[in-house]
Amino acid sequence: MQTYDLEANGLRGLNETLHAQSGATNQTAWEVVNPKGSHAIAVGLDAPIEVTVKGSTGYYCAGMNQQATIRVEGSAGPGAAENMMSGTVIIDGDASQYAGATGHGGLLVIKGNASSRCGISMKGIDIVVHGNIGHMSAFMAQAGNLVVCGDAGDALGDSLYEARLFVRGSVKSLGADCIEKELRPEHIEILKDLLGRAGADAKPEEFKRYGSARQLYNFDVDNAAAY
Amino acid sequence: MCGIVGLFLKDKALEPQLGALLTDMLITMTDRGPDSAGIAIYSDFSEGTGKLTIQSDDPKSDFSSLDSELSEALNAEVSIRVIDTHAVVETAHDKTAQARSILTTLRPGLRVMSAGESIEIFKEVGLPENVANRFELTKMCGSHGIGHTRMATESAVTTEGAHPFSTGPDQCLVHNGSLSNHNSLRRKLVREGVQIESLNDTEVGAAYLTWKMQNGATLGEALTSSLEDLDGFFTFVVGTKDGFGVVRDPIACKPAVMAETDQYVAFGSEYRALVNLPGIEDARVWEPEPATVYFWNH
Repeated sequence: MQTYDLEANGLRGLNETLHAQSGATNQTAWEVVNPKGSHAIAVGLDAPIEVTVKGSTGYYCAGMNQQATIRVEGSAGPGAAENMMSGTVIIDGDASQYAGATGHGGLLVIKGNASSRCGISMKGIDIVVHGNIGHMSAFMAQAGNLVVCGDAGDALGDSLYEARLFVRGSVKSLGADCIEKELRPEHIEILKDLLGRAGADAKPEEFKRYGSARQLYNFDVDNAAAY
Repeated sequence: MCGIVGLFLKDKALEPQLGALLTDMLITMTDRGPDSAGIAIYSDFSEGTGKLTIQSDDPKSDFSSLDSELSEALNAEVSIRVIDTHAVVETAHDKTAQARSILTTLRPGLRVMSAGESIEIFKEVGLPENVANRFELTKMCGSHGIGHTRMATESAVTTEGAHPFSTGPDQCLVHNGSLSNHNSLRRKLVREGVQIESLNDTEVGAAYLTWKMQNGATLGEALTSSLEDLDGFFTFVVGTKDGFGVVRDPIACKPAVMAETDQYVAFGSEYRALVNLPGIEDARVWEPEPATVYFWNH
């Protein structure tokens, strides 16, 4: 286990050190101490290493991740795991706005609540939130799965493309062109897999599925009010 | 972008440290707002005494012999404590309105930053650390305080454009965001007889809350109605003589983190601002919900 003291050694040194790791590294386990809400911790990693951040983080933690497993033993500020390509990011506490935004792949697990705009414009990432999510989540989401064990805020899935949204609790309101859809056996399988990997104690059958009504894909003058 | 910090103490034992704790929080928020900084501090007050915090671009000549001149014109005892470009004028509470109007004749260049029994506001252009040093903020004590680091968007980088804004006795407001209907609202408030000094959007927000409260609303009610009447982006933190409130607009894109322990309630634009507070490891830390009014009272 390698330990990096962020307060003593600075952010640039941390990210440079982590970027220097390749698939062949034998330094596979890293611990970041004294994060103290700093920004851009463990950003742009591209190696199958495990990084544990011992405390809460600020903006853009674990952004652009590839291959790495990053765990935050605290809460994360805005933009956690933004634009993730692959790998796993686990936030033990809450995540602030736009967690997992634009993510192309990998798994983001938020054990607390996520605030507004969770999964905005997601493009293939899987996101599992153990708690609730805020308003405008999955806005313009294109691909991937957003699983919410708690409740969702206003305007869920507004202007949605083909991402699948699963919510166990209540949905305050659905956004434009987002509708409830049938939960079929293949969706139960997806949920079983994601909930298992995210360590969430919830039954797939308890979820409702939401998706795109596909009415906003092309311009239709009858929908002018919804654009 | 701007930075906000706030600290509302529940434990009196921390009051001597209020200035030091807030200063550390304020300086941490420098990169959210490096052009100006300010702080409103609610300190001890004695019954019957009123305070005016005044600011001058030429403190040396403006503050010189001001106490005796004001005392004579007012026919009452006046004390003045000069701190850099600011001074705190203390006199009988029922004389403060008169003192304020006399000051406009005695020293036309002065600006009144705050008026009340408890509030003192210090704000200037410059890096937060420099502003804090000029006013010796670390030495200040009190029951609650609010600080702001500014990155200007809606009006010029000047002392009067810096936050906090105070438009009513012992009231103050700081703001992260920008209001888009401040010009029309300013005209409406001016028609109602509300005095607004600057072209700044936040001052309009502060004046709006003061106007609501003058018309019988509690601070909580005023904040709730601001969600209807103010258009734009805002995270507001407000202070009153014995209270501390927070509200975010319904879109809530301006960040906010709160922490509460048995000793205090703290606000920061980012968690970074809170990390050196005592007992933060065990505090309840949360992000205030959009369009929800939070309020604490002593």
